[in-house]
Amino acid sequence: MVGIVIISHSQKLAEGVVELATMMADKVPVVAAGGLEDGSLGTSYDKIQAAIESVYSDDGVAVLADIGSSVMTAEIVLEDMNRSNVILVDCPLVEGAILAAVESQGGRELEDLIEHVEAARGAKKLMG
Amino acid sequence: MDTKQLLAIIAAIVKRIEAEKDFLTQLDNEIGDGDHGINLARGFKSVEEKLPALADKDIGAILKGVGTQLVSTVGGASGPLYGTAFMKAGNVCKGKTALTAEEFVAAFEAAINGVKMRGKAVEGEKTMLDALCPAYAALKSGVDGGKTLADSLADAVKAAASGVEFTKTIIATKGRAAYLGERSLGHQDPGATSSLFMLQAAQEILREV
Repeated sequence: MVGIVIISHSQKLAEGVVELATMMADKVPVVAAGGLEDGSLGTSYDKIQAAIESVYSDDGVAVLADIGSSVMTAEIVLEDMNRSNVILVDCPLVEGAILAAVESQGGRELEDLIEHVEAARGAKKLMG
Repeated sequence: MDTKQLLAIIAAIVKRIEAEKDFLTQLDNEIGDGDHGINLARGFKSVEEKLPALADKDIGAILKGVGTQLVSTVGGASGPLYGTAFMKAGNVCKGKTALTAEEFVAAFEAAINGVKMRGKAVEGEKTMLDALCPAYAALKSGVDGGKTLADSLADAVKAAASGVEFTKTIIATKGRAAYLGERSLGHQDPGATSSLFMLQAAQEILREV
C-alpha cells in the first residue's frame, strides 16, 4: 500500500487530516508531520523526513502539504532523499488526503494514485 | 573574500538578525503570519552554534553548512528560501578558500536563482527578491566596471534599500501577504528587509578590510 504523509504548519491540523483520512481507510499507513518539534506553528525538515521513513515501503509514499514553507521544506527533504517513489502531490490537503487514503487502501499504485488525487483539484463543493 | 571574512560576515548576520528580530516580526505581523523575526533568529542562532565546526572548512562547505542549518531550524518560508540560497551559493564555491569579486558575483547569482526556483517567484511580487535582484544587478555592474568588491557591495546595499522601499508600493502576489491582496500596499516586505540586513552586515565586514 502507498504510504501517505500529511504536512501542515499546524500539528493539530495535520493530525486532524490524518484522523479524517483514516476514518475512510483504516488500513493505510498515513502519518502527520505538523508543526515544529515543540508543537508550535511551522514546518520541520526532521519531522517530515521521519514521517516519510515511517510509512516508506517499495510501494512508495504520497506527500501532501498545506501551504508555503510546508511545500518548500517538503521539496528539499524529497530532493535530499532522492527516491523516485516518494512524491509531493499538488492537491487540496483535506480532499486530497481522503482520496489518497481511499485509493491506497483500494490497492492503487503510486503514479496512478497521484493522477487520481491531482484530478480532484478542480472539484466543486457547490454545483451551480 | 576569504574564509575568515566569510565567517565574520556570517557572525555579523547572526548578530544583526538577532538585533532586528522584533522589528522583522512586527513587519510580518502587519502583512504575514508574524513569525519572520522569531524564525530567522532561531535559525541563525543555530547557525552560530554550528560555526565552530565549520571554521576549518572551505567556502563551499561553510555556505552549504549554513544553508542546511537554516532549512532544518527556521520553520517558516524563509528557512527553505534562505537555506536554498546559501546551499546554491555553496555549490559554486566548492573547494575554494577565497573568492575573487567575479566569483562572489557568481555565487550571489546562484543564490538568487535558488530563491527563484524554490519560491517559484520572480521580481516584483513583494518578496525578498525585490531586494536581492536589484542588489545583484548593482553588484554585477560594479564588479564588471572594475570597482572593488567592497565598493560594489556598497552599491548593492543601496539598491537593496531602494528595493525594500519599492515593496511598499506593490501588492503581494507571493507568500502569506498575497492573501491580503491590496491591503498589503503601503507595507514593506519583511523578507526583502531581512535580505537588506544581511547584505548590510556583509558590506560592513568587507568595508573594514
